[in-house]
Amino acid sequence: MTDLTKLTAAQTAEKIASGDVTAVEVTEAHLARIEAVDEKVHAFLHVDREGALAQARAVDAQRERGEKLGPLAGVPLALKDIFTTEGVPTTVGSKILQGWIPPYDATVTRKLKEAGVVILGKTNMDEFAMGSSTENSAFGPTGNPWDLTRIPGGSGGGSAAALAAFEAPLAIGTDTGGSIRQPAAVTGTVGVKPTYGGVSRYGMVAFSSSLDQGGPCARTVLDAALLHSVIAGHDELDSTSIAQPVPDVVAAARNGDVAGLRVGVVQEFRGEGYQDGVIQRFDESVELLRELGAEIVELSCPSFAKGLAAYYLIAPSECSSNLARFDAMRYGLRTGDDGSHSAEEVTALTREAGFGDEVKRRIMLGTYALSSGYYDAYYGSAQKVRTLITRDFEKAFEQVDVVVSPTTPTTAFPIGERVDDPMAMYLADVCTLPSNLAGNAAMSLPCGLAPEDGLPVGLQIVAPAMADDRLYRVGAAVEAAFQARWGHPLLEEAPSL
Amino acid sequence: MTVTELVSYDEALASYDPVMGLEVHVELGTRTKMFCGCSTALGADANSQVCPTCLGLPGALPVVNKSGVESAIRIGLALHCEIAEWCRFARKNYFYPDMPKNFQTSQYDEPIAFDGYLDVQLEDGEVFRVEIERAHMEEDTGKSTHVGGATGRIHGASHSLLDYNRAGIPLIEIVTKPIVGAGERAPEVAKAYVAELRELIKALGVSEARMEMGQMRCDVNLSLRPKGREAFGTRSETKNVNSLRSVERAARFEIQRHAAVLSSGGSIVQETRHFHEEDGSTTSGRVKEEAEDYRYFPEPDLVPVAPSREWVEELRGTLPELPRVRRNRLREEWGITEHEMQSVLNAGAVDLIVATVDAGAPADQARKWWMGELARRANEDGVELPALSITPEQVARVCALVAEGSLNDKLARQTIEGVLAGEGTPDEVVDKRGLKVVSDEGALGTAVDEAIAGNPDVAEKIRGGKVAAAGALVGAVMKATRGQADAARVKEMIMEKLGVEG
Repeated sequence: MTDLTKLTAAQTAEKIASGDVTAVEVTEAHLARIEAVDEKVHAFLHVDREGALAQARAVDAQRERGEKLGPLAGVPLALKDIFTTEGVPTTVGSKILQGWIPPYDATVTRKLKEAGVVILGKTNMDEFAMGSSTENSAFGPTGNPWDLTRIPGGSGGGSAAALAAFEAPLAIGTDTGGSIRQPAAVTGTVGVKPTYGGVSRYGMVAFSSSLDQGGPCARTVLDAALLHSVIAGHDELDSTSIAQPVPDVVAAARNGDVAGLRVGVVQEFRGEGYQDGVIQRFDESVELLRELGAEIVELSCPSFAKGLAAYYLIAPSECSSNLARFDAMRYGLRTGDDGSHSAEEVTALTREAGFGDEVKRRIMLGTYALSSGYYDAYYGSAQKVRTLITRDFEKAFEQVDVVVSPTTPTTAFPIGERVDDPMAMYLADVCTLPSNLAGNAAMSLPCGLAPEDGLPVGLQIVAPAMADDRLYRVGAAVEAAFQARWGHPLLEEAPSL
Repeated sequence: MTVTELVSYDEALASYDPVMGLEVHVELGTRTKMFCGCSTALGADANSQVCPTCLGLPGALPVVNKSGVESAIRIGLALHCEIAEWCRFARKNYFYPDMPKNFQTSQYDEPIAFDGYLDVQLEDGEVFRVEIERAHMEEDTGKSTHVGGATGRIHGASHSLLDYNRAGIPLIEIVTKPIVGAGERAPEVAKAYVAELRELIKALGVSEARMEMGQMRCDVNLSLRPKGREAFGTRSETKNVNSLRSVERAARFEIQRHAAVLSSGGSIVQETRHFHEEDGSTTSGRVKEEAEDYRYFPEPDLVPVAPSREWVEELRGTLPELPRVRRNRLREEWGITEHEMQSVLNAGAVDLIVATVDAGAPADQARKWWMGELARRANEDGVELPALSITPEQVARVCALVAEGSLNDKLARQTIEGVLAGEGTPDEVVDKRGLKVVSDEGALGTAVDEAIAGNPDVAEKIRGGKVAAAGALVGAVMKATRGQADAARVKEMIMEKLGVEG
């Protein structure tokens, strides 16, 4: 019998729909895999065995009744622990929400359930999505399935590791500065940050409202597209969600093609800090695109150099306000409530005990950046840089259809290497965060292993806002060409756990 | 609590010129909250009208209530403000347990309405123009109840209870520009402004604006400057002054207190102050040693509000007659003096009289009943006029019964008394109590004959030309008919029977 955990989501859905396997069998296979490997990987914070099996049984019952199943019905999924799930713990990787059971489902959660997707559990992440390694989780780090002593990226390291460890064929992440794409890059998986406003943020615990975007994670471009089409679309509960039809990403993923496409290579995304093997694989990818019929255009986007600085003012500013609600009054951790402290003191003690160092660092940065007398110099200037970056992208997209770059400057680094050097950690997102600032769409997909360490390298593709389908058309073509060259999907080269 | 030595009001005004700023919060009467679909109805069980959004649960997001924006625009237009073509909400960040998100979604440097004015009329008819700085949209906080302390304030309380039903109810904050030049009339202007604003809000139908229910709340900012000086002095901010009378008293008290501090060589501390209804004083609240830094920034969870000009003009077309204009029109229609109109206003009787007139009563009669008998009853019962259990239509019916001669004044009063006592409509009360004027000429004639026969001396005097003596006979007839006769007709009959020209 085939190993059900090795199938793609598209294959799995087909097998369930045709009656080859039941959703319960598929779910049980994945639960068994989690049981077997997750002690080592630690991708999950919470496994919802009962909920998953109940959903799988419901899908099987639907099939037995002859009802038409959705394109991902019965397919298991790992949900980043930042989306609220009614009746199932949601911690955002923080002690401050330990034990909180949300009374409501995020829109993404609701859409997944309605599509018959089986939510296996909630995945590990950097606390409040702040980090690039998942080491900032209050519940311990996640290992990279390629090398368990290395980071799986972050903040969505749990979701990416779950895919790479074959604990789930699908996962959901959120991307504020690269938290979907960078983990995808360092685990050899596919991750997409949709256009800002493409996927509802309702029920997605906010880090930085104007940058946060939920999106699909998978092992193949087509699987990502199938998941994208399930979770995307206008939501009346999110004012910033776009009231336009979702681009047909599934059709694009089924019709990979780059012939005649103009592809921009941004010269700012290389040089100091970029690992040789990463640049080598990236250059090969550009060469591959040329061979597939794309026209390569060298571009300069000078304002991107200021992106990191602007990002680390805007994101902390918004986070300092978004995280103010964690005050011990209504939910979550409560410290010092022993009758000897005032409400204000309980709030302060709870925040002191409940937030980790990185979260506190960003709250302080943001509080400072917004304070009177500094607002214009910091928050105000950062918004101007944001506008410049958006314009650089606009100019670029006048000349090219997509922009490509390495997803992140290095392969997965060892756990612990950068924990005391925030600047080194922040640099992991230098290629990804301009897209968050501009609100456009971007994907990371595997483009090989770096020769020096044998670890996965990611290729980033960026498309204009609301042209998410373009990512899939290009991604599918690149994926097919690479797999033809390698003779198999990249993940087959990962060590068995 | 330190006792403040005040200087007399006249003395304060002799040396200083008051400058005021008034900030009024109005709770809109929208059906749902400003950023979620929860009900705004009052009186529900604590925390029964809440959802993830107004509780500030992780992940929840706001969505703007369109009718809240509409109300804000209508208020802005009625205050002669410019309406922003594009504006944003902003977050006002500060920690307080009754504020679910620990920021208030408000507006900062981009208010929906700005640069307007409201003309207010003082009791003697003088019109004073109060300039409006801005009117902006925001949300209310939850409500804290501090338990276990003596004062009901947080100090000394053992614990606090939080009710988030109010959290997220739409508020409009209306801020005046500095009110200068009111001089000794500053407290009066403050009161008249709040009163006029309240009338306006009610006329717009955007809120019931009941101050005693907290639907309209006023902060009085006040400073003094030595006469002749341009620069403003340091201000105090007296929070939650929640009746018209209190607004006037708070301004007056602060003028006297500031003058006392300044004239003894002291300086005013910029602080918030609490107002005390019992004695009209204010006491120090929170000292603003460091100006509180709210770290305002544009609310990233909401898209900008950009009301189209067509919509704004459409809303302008729905504005009612301004209360002051309406009052002056009514005053002329009713033919009464400024002073009389002011009494009607103070009694809260304008709308009742209008409704009574609309129901067919002559204005003077309607005013007579509402300002006389009914005002007296309301006063006795300690309720507002509209709370009396009689409708303008019923008052109009009483007026009609008097006009057709079925009731005289005394019987009309008894009829009203019956209606107020819950005995039914005026007609039912007249029937049940048998209050109809005795108009049966035969029965009345007998009563008149008896009166003449029983008072021969008086009858003789009348025959002798002392017509004024007829009053005694009329009184006798009225007594005999238990007041149910038309006194005028009785007098006529007496004169006829005695052969005297009336």
